[in-house]
Amino acid sequence: MAPILSAHRISRSFGPVEVLSDISFGLEPGEVHAVIGENGAGKSTLMRILSGHLQPSKGALEFRGEPVRFSGPVEAERRGIVLVHQEILLAEDLTVSENLFLGRELRRFGLTDKQAMRESTRAALARLGARIPPDAQVRGLSIAERQFVQIARALLVPHQVVIFDEPTAVLTPIEAEALFTTIRRLKADGIAVLYISHRLAEVKAIAERVTVLRDGQLVATRDASSLEPVEMARLMVGRDLSKLYPDKPAAGSRDMVLSVTGASVPGFVHNASFELHRGEILGFGGLVGAGRTELLEGLVGLRSFRGEVILEGREVRFRNAGEALASGVAYLTEDRKGKGLLLQQDLRVNLTLAALERFTRGPLIDAAAEDRALDGALRNFDIRARRRNMLAGQLSGGNQQKLLLAKMMLVEPRIIIIDEPTRGVDIGTREQIYQFIARLAAQGRSIIVISSEMPELIGLCDRVLVMRNGRITGEVPGEDLSEDAIVFLATGVHEDKAAAIAAGVA
Amino acid sequence: MTERGAEAVPPMKSLRRWLHADLRVVAPFVALGALVLLGALVSDRFLTVDNLVNVATRSAFIAIIAVGATFVIAGGGLDLSVGSMAALIAGVMIFVMNGLGAPAPANAFFATLSTLFGSSPMGILAAGILLALLLGALCGLANGVVTTFGRIEPFIVTLGTMGIYRGLIIWLAAGGTITMRSVELRELYRPVYFGSIAGVPVPILIFLAIAAAGALLLYRTPFGRHVVALGSSEDVARYSGVPIARVRVLTYVIQGVCVALAILVYVPRLGSATPTTGLLWELQAITAVVIGGTMLKGGTGRVWGTIAGAVILELVANIMVLSDLVSEYLVGAVQGAIIIVAMLVQRGLHRRQ
Repeated sequence: MAPILSAHRISRSFGPVEVLSDISFGLEPGEVHAVIGENGAGKSTLMRILSGHLQPSKGALEFRGEPVRFSGPVEAERRGIVLVHQEILLAEDLTVSENLFLGRELRRFGLTDKQAMRESTRAALARLGARIPPDAQVRGLSIAERQFVQIARALLVPHQVVIFDEPTAVLTPIEAEALFTTIRRLKADGIAVLYISHRLAEVKAIAERVTVLRDGQLVATRDASSLEPVEMARLMVGRDLSKLYPDKPAAGSRDMVLSVTGASVPGFVHNASFELHRGEILGFGGLVGAGRTELLEGLVGLRSFRGEVILEGREVRFRNAGEALASGVAYLTEDRKGKGLLLQQDLRVNLTLAALERFTRGPLIDAAAEDRALDGALRNFDIRARRRNMLAGQLSGGNQQKLLLAKMMLVEPRIIIIDEPTRGVDIGTREQIYQFIARLAAQGRSIIVISSEMPELIGLCDRVLVMRNGRITGEVPGEDLSEDAIVFLATGVHEDKAAAIAAGVA
Repeated sequence: MTERGAEAVPPMKSLRRWLHADLRVVAPFVALGALVLLGALVSDRFLTVDNLVNVATRSAFIAIIAVGATFVIAGGGLDLSVGSMAALIAGVMIFVMNGLGAPAPANAFFATLSTLFGSSPMGILAAGILLALLLGALCGLANGVVTTFGRIEPFIVTLGTMGIYRGLIIWLAAGGTITMRSVELRELYRPVYFGSIAGVPVPILIFLAIAAAGALLLYRTPFGRHVVALGSSEDVARYSGVPIARVRVLTYVIQGVCVALAILVYVPRLGSATPTTGLLWELQAITAVVIGGTMLKGGTGRVWGTIAGAVILELVANIMVLSDLVSEYLVGAVQGAIIIVAMLVQRGLHRRQ
């Protein structure tokens, strides 16, 4: 069958960096084509080119056999190519139906026709197997519900090609199954579906063909039926997966350094209790929005928090991050660009910000000491900066993460909480970060890792606590760590049962 | 490449980099130089020592206030109340000094002050100065506390206090003028505006000293670093353990103290305060800061640029008066246009980076 949308040897560079090189592939009507790859492999860039958000630097796109050049997403959409974004892009203060028809409101006598829009919204959401009132304000919806609204909005325009960017990252298996039903229906209608994900079992279940990207290059396009998840992973990483993670040392000490009892963060976390031991790497798993970030932000005084916290035998209560840092507890945010680094300031200012009182001579900042610290950080953390005085915002994601690590390590914390340590970080840097975390633990520091990447939790952590809907639902000890064990605690359902339950619901 | 060739390249390269990277830092001084040239062209009375010293002296009030505004704006805030605050401080200062100079204390407040500072002109002046500084700090504190703990936009808070401070001085002056009564006191205080040391007028020395102190505080201390961090991103500052509430409140207190310092130089000039004292000073102060290269969204602070900005404003007025190009009644309009042009230039330079 002739492909409806195809790419011919397309490349894309940002400045001197080529993030996508020489990619050719075709998308056929009525197929689900999965694109898989590690963070930074170029999946998003490829998808943004196909949907008209970006232009290729080299190469060309073909639509129905004719060369096309999209000036922007609007033109791509006009030809029936729609993209379901990974991030939720909805106006929180508007209702569901207002969001669905935002910018393309139905009119009657020149005025918006609310009744018609309400009806269409109800029907569109019902087709997705979601029951969300059209007049509900988006602010009040769960993340999964918002995801469905977003999908319904994308599918509202006439479509030939639908691109899903990691649509299940925020869904429980049952909700994911409802989405798969929709995708199968699209497929039956002859629509071409491009499906981006790194949940390999899911890809195996839903896709006909799989294209694997690694470091901006196309590694392989195979039939899904002949490709097992283990093989997919090997293709994605390009080597044996087990090498990515450092060796786990024999069981750490049982000295308790931190104990949290009955912790609550209003609106996010209820009655959470856990313990952390010296030299341990403790994982926090769960779906996006389960309350993991909120629990630990609350612990270090960044949110209102109730509950008993015993740090090294003393009861403590941190009112702000400064107090937590002073007590040796550092939190590294998942939101590096928004909360971790001052993107408009240079490396030196960023590096010493949290530990500035260590860089003073009398009342003044000791610039020479700061420079020495920057030299040390660039060396020890292998931060690749073209110039010493470049801005933090000009670093790549991986180097930003290393800078954030270096910044927080300057306060010499004994407990380090790292939220999504490898989000947006390329594979080479990920390995360095894992090694670094293992080294910190070996030094007798205690680490908490929050991660939505299950292989990361399994490969890195001594044990994993799993949260669901603001509660800690269980602990998976090191010897029992598996994706299914975590998914079960995170969602209440085993992976293989989800399909059956969804079928019953639908 | 030979050894000598390799050595020869870096200076050129670093010069070019310096020109590129710091265009925004240099821009206000280039503008200042261009204005001096323009002034020299349009009037032969412009380029005289007397005239230039006079311009610099007259820019002292705005320059001093704008140093404080640099802190507030670098920290991501805004203070619209400085003009009203200036009028209030001037009025209260003169009012108190008049009260202390009266033959018999009018009430317990003046009686207590009298016993503390004595009734000599020097003691009265000391009381007035201390009270002005205290009142400035308190006015700034009020702005800072309401903004920070009330979580209200600084634009709204200081718009409110702008009305409050202005209303208080009108009430205190009963709609009229508060004038320093004691001739003795006036004579004693006069040199602070009209005097000079080694040929340099005292107001210029004072504003240079305040700018130097401000630059030291902003560039070389942890507090200054915290101000810039707060203005760059409040979230990042919070997650990095910066005491953001304290830092923010302090920027407004510094602004208040700077307004009081400007008033200490202003009062000996006219010796009175009226309901129109300090009118539109907030516009001039903010304009000076923006011309100086500090971005209104926070995250950078350029103290010396601010000083250049304040002098530029006064230069423009001076050139307009000396030349017949534009009516001097349009000074306000031209100064208003300058802030817009400065923003456009800043935006252009930012894009180029």
